Amino acid sequence: MSCALELTEEDGEVKGVTGAQCKVGEKYAAEEFSDPRRVVTTTVPVRHGLLPLLPVRTTTSIPRRLILDVTRRLAEVVLEAPVSNGQVIVPDIMGTGVDVIASRDLEKHDDRRQGQA
Amino acid sequence: MISKKKRTPQLAVIGGGPAGLGAALAASKAGLDDIVMIERDIELGGILPQCIHDGFGSKVFKEVLTGPQYAQRYIDEISRTNVEVLLNTMVLELAGNRTITAVNSAEGMITIEPKAVVLAMGCRERSRHQVFIPGYRPAGVITAGAAQRDINIEGLMPGRKIVILGSGDIGLIMARRFTLEGAQVEGVYEIMDHPGGLPRNIVQCCYDYDIPLLLSHTVTFIHGKKRVEGVTVAHVDADLKAVKDTERFIDCDTLVLSVGLIPENELSKHAGVTLDPVTAGPIVDERMETTVDGIFACGNVVNVFDLVDYVTRTSEVAGRGAAEFVLQGRKREAPVKVLPGRNVKYVVPQFVSDLGRDIDFYFRVEHPERAVTARVLAGTTPLKSKKHKMVHPPEMLTASATVADIAEAAKAEGRKVDSLMVEVVDSGK
Repeated sequence: MSCALELTEEDGEVKGVTGAQCKVGEKYAAEEFSDPRRVVTTTVPVRHGLLPLLPVRTTTSIPRRLILDVTRRLAEVVLEAPVSNGQVIVPDIMGTGVDVIASRDLEKHDDRRQGQA
Repeated sequence: MISKKKRTPQLAVIGGGPAGLGAALAASKAGLDDIVMIERDIELGGILPQCIHDGFGSKVFKEVLTGPQYAQRYIDEISRTNVEVLLNTMVLELAGNRTITAVNSAEGMITIEPKAVVLAMGCRERSRHQVFIPGYRPAGVITAGAAQRDINIEGLMPGRKIVILGSGDIGLIMARRFTLEGAQVEGVYEIMDHPGGLPRNIVQCCYDYDIPLLLSHTVTFIHGKKRVEGVTVAHVDADLKAVKDTERFIDCDTLVLSVGLIPENELSKHAGVTLDPVTAGPIVDERMETTVDGIFACGNVVNVFDLVDYVTRTSEVAGRGAAEFVLQGRKREAPVKVLPGRNVKYVVPQFVSDLGRDIDFYFRVEHPERAVTARVLAGTTPLKSKKHKMVHPPEMLTASATVADIAEAAKAEGRKVDSLMVEVVDSGK
């Protein structure tokens, strides 16, 4: 869960992290300071699916400064149902080395629900 | 049209979200082979399919999944059982003798007479009218969860210039979601003097996008007749009353409300289940059985959890409890009350029917505090305790009491344990 971390730095170099309740906390604090990264989740339009949108995610985190570019890039993708959970939608998005994958199965469905794609 | 077919399963699970899925699976593993699950939506998963963000499953799966990924795990598992799943089916009534009346367009009216029921209906959102925001009734006033459904499932954009009232997790998540879909989020306004959601969401949903989060503020008026044209916001005083001369107008076309979740207990009330006024959910025992024999409850219908992992855990307790009830019958002993002690707003379960089992408690504190110890007392004897650097209302806490601990306490006091308490005290004491 959450804990309050304190990071000390000198000339942009991390000197220490205190207050972490687990090992993950120390690494997280250092990364937040020098190279903040985020998992990006959004939706991508799908044709002929049970739903008009497919939720997708980056498998791991990517640099925070690329979030908006990644979402804009994904808005251009158009998929065709059916889609499988974990299917790679865009490999190595924007050269990050991280894939964008489907977050669920989405079956084909002929009579469309409301919504656009 | 009334369906001629009357179903008489061993167990009926009302709700196909994470709570219902967990309960049905646990009941199936515990030996029930005739289970019906009733879900009003077009697919299983409950609220999870629209929660496209990550943060789910760190305790259950030791992985951080998105809502749809978490749901998919259980949906896959349930498809491997013989649980009968009724989709697009709405339960209209639940009687105290557990008879269910439901309806769908395939069969019309359906009657189900199960031996046991698990209530897993989740919760609904508090609305504008329940928080008394004056103004006309223009289009563009929407709750955060409804906006989330529109954007993530329906492919609809509720508006372009957004003001969010409430800094609970849903409001924060939607601040980010609206931004990523091209809307402009003017700010998140929170009536309390502390944020409602988790710190990570404040960072990753507000701070990351330079969206202001203003504490001790509320919306005092909604402008516009046909469509929202703006809102008036104001600073609030210590009594949470708006301070008139701090009012200012904010131009926007959408007001998103994230002002609380209410367990959905219409059916529970039909059945005569006793509700806890603090949680707004059924009073349950250590097996998640309500005050009505054979009716169990789990997930957000009992109290609003902040981790789906805890929803899953309590649903498995309910599922196993329901299976045991069906297969072995269950005579309940005189209830032992579980009381909320110092700085504890509520504890679930609210009573214990059988002290011969390990018990898991879920509770929330009343106000934030630092350097505290949370502990369970059997009678006046403290059992296990856990230190916390910080506790605050948005983060639910857990505690447990083992059979051995309780037996030892009884021995120490020289009598049967007749009450349990969960309290939060200064770590110095």
